[in-house]
Amino acid sequence: MAPNSVSEVVSLLSEHGDRAKMLAGGTDIIVQLREGLREADVVIDIKKIEDITSFHYCEENGLSLGAAVACYHLYEHPQLSQLYGALADSTHIIGGWQIQSRASVGGNLCNASPAADSIPSLIALNAEAVIAGPEGQRTVAVQDFCTGPGRNVLENNELLVAIQIPAQGGECGSAYERFIPRNEMDIAVVGVGSWIRLSDDGTIAESRISLGAVAATPLFAEEASASLVGKEPTEENFAAAGELAKKIATPISDMRGTDEYRTHLVGVLVKRTLTTAALRAQN
Amino acid sequence: MSASKKVHVTTTINKEEIDFLCEPRHSLLEVLRDNLGLTGSKEGCNNGNCGACTVILNGRPVDSCLVLGVEVEGAEIETVEGIACSSKLHPVQECFLEGAALQCGICTPGFLVAAKALLDKDPNASEETIRFDLSGNLCRCAGYDKIVRAVQAAGQQMNAEA
Repeated sequence: MAPNSVSEVVSLLSEHGDRAKMLAGGTDIIVQLREGLREADVVIDIKKIEDITSFHYCEENGLSLGAAVACYHLYEHPQLSQLYGALADSTHIIGGWQIQSRASVGGNLCNASPAADSIPSLIALNAEAVIAGPEGQRTVAVQDFCTGPGRNVLENNELLVAIQIPAQGGECGSAYERFIPRNEMDIAVVGVGSWIRLSDDGTIAESRISLGAVAATPLFAEEASASLVGKEPTEENFAAAGELAKKIATPISDMRGTDEYRTHLVGVLVKRTLTTAALRAQN
Repeated sequence: MSASKKVHVTTTINKEEIDFLCEPRHSLLEVLRDNLGLTGSKEGCNNGNCGACTVILNGRPVDSCLVLGVEVEGAEIETVEGIACSSKLHPVQECFLEGAALQCGICTPGFLVAAKALLDKDPNASEETIRFDLSGNLCRCAGYDKIVRAVQAAGQQMNAEA
C-alpha cells in the first residue's frame, strides 16, 4: 500500500496495529521480513507522502528532514554536508553506495540498532523526532527515542514523520567516526558523534557527545559533554572528556571486540571526533 | 506473508516501457529474473551485502533485491542488459574483458552496473573513490585489483571518446 498522506497511514496503522510495517528505503525491513525477523500483514510504502520524502533548511528552525529521505541527499548536498558534518560522515558510511541510494536516516533511527551509524550524530546534533499519531503530532528528543535493540518509543498507531535538527551557526562543528575492521560495509564496533559550539574567544561554549554500540541503545554522554564547557579545545581536554565518556559505556563482548576493547575505543573516538568537530567549527 | 493479489506495474527498463504483474512481496530482482527473463542481474546474498543484483533506479545504483517490484511504478531502470549500445560494448565492459577483470563472473554484472554509474558521475574517479564507491560490490574470488584497474581504464576510454 502506498497512501498519499500521513493521516491515511495513521488510519492504516490504527486498523492493523503491529501487523503493519513501514517501508521507506527498505534496506532493513525487506531483509527482516524475508528472513522472518519481523512479520507483517501490510507493508505501507510512505514514499508517496511529500512531507516524508522532502527536506528543507532555514536559519531559524534548522533542518527538517523527512523520515524517508535517502542518505545520499545529506552527504552530496554542498550546504547541508558542511553544516551537519557528523550526519554527512554517518550517511556516507551506512552500507555501500547502493544502500545509501535508498536507506533513510529516519529508517536507521526507527530500526533502533545499538550500532546504528546515524543515531549518535543525531543525538550529538540535538535532533528531535517528529511523530504523528491519531492525536496529532508529538516530538521526542532522539536521545530518548530508542528503548532497546530494535525497539523505540513509537506506539503501534504512530509513525516517524521527520527529524528536526537545530540550525548551525558558523561557530559550530560536528563529526562522526566509527571503528570497524575494514573500511566500509560493516557494523560499528564503536561509533561516536561529537558536536561543538565555540565562543568568540575560541573556548568551548557547548558540546554534545554521543556513543554508539556500547549499550543497548545509543547514549548521550552528558557528563563528558558538560565537562568541556568553558575549556580550550585542546587534545588534553578532549582526552579527558573521552575518559569521562568511557564511564557510561557498558558494552558486550562479541566477535567484533571485547568489552574492554570497546571501552578503550570510546576514549580514542571521543578524542578524534571532538578534534575534527573543533576544526570544522574553526573553519 | 501470505500470497496476495498481484499488482499491475508499468515501468521503463533499458529505455523500453514494460508492464508486469507481481505480488507485493516480490523483489525487483525476482521480477527482473523470473517475470521478465532479464537474468543478467544475479542473486548473491539477497540481503544487500554483495551488490550482484545492482541496477540503476532513477539514476542511482541500488540493490534490486532490496526494492519491491511494486515500488518501481513509473520509474526508469537500467540493468546490465542495457549498458551496451546495440552491438557496441560499453567501455566498462570492454575494459573488464581486456583486463580479465573477472574470474567466476557472478559478481561481474553488479560491478559493471555500479562502475558505469560511478563513471557517469565522474570518469576521472581516483582509485580511492573507485574502491570506496564499489565497496557495496563483493567479489568472492577477491579479484579486486583487476576490477579497479579495469574501471580506471574505462574512465580514461570514456574521456577519450567524449
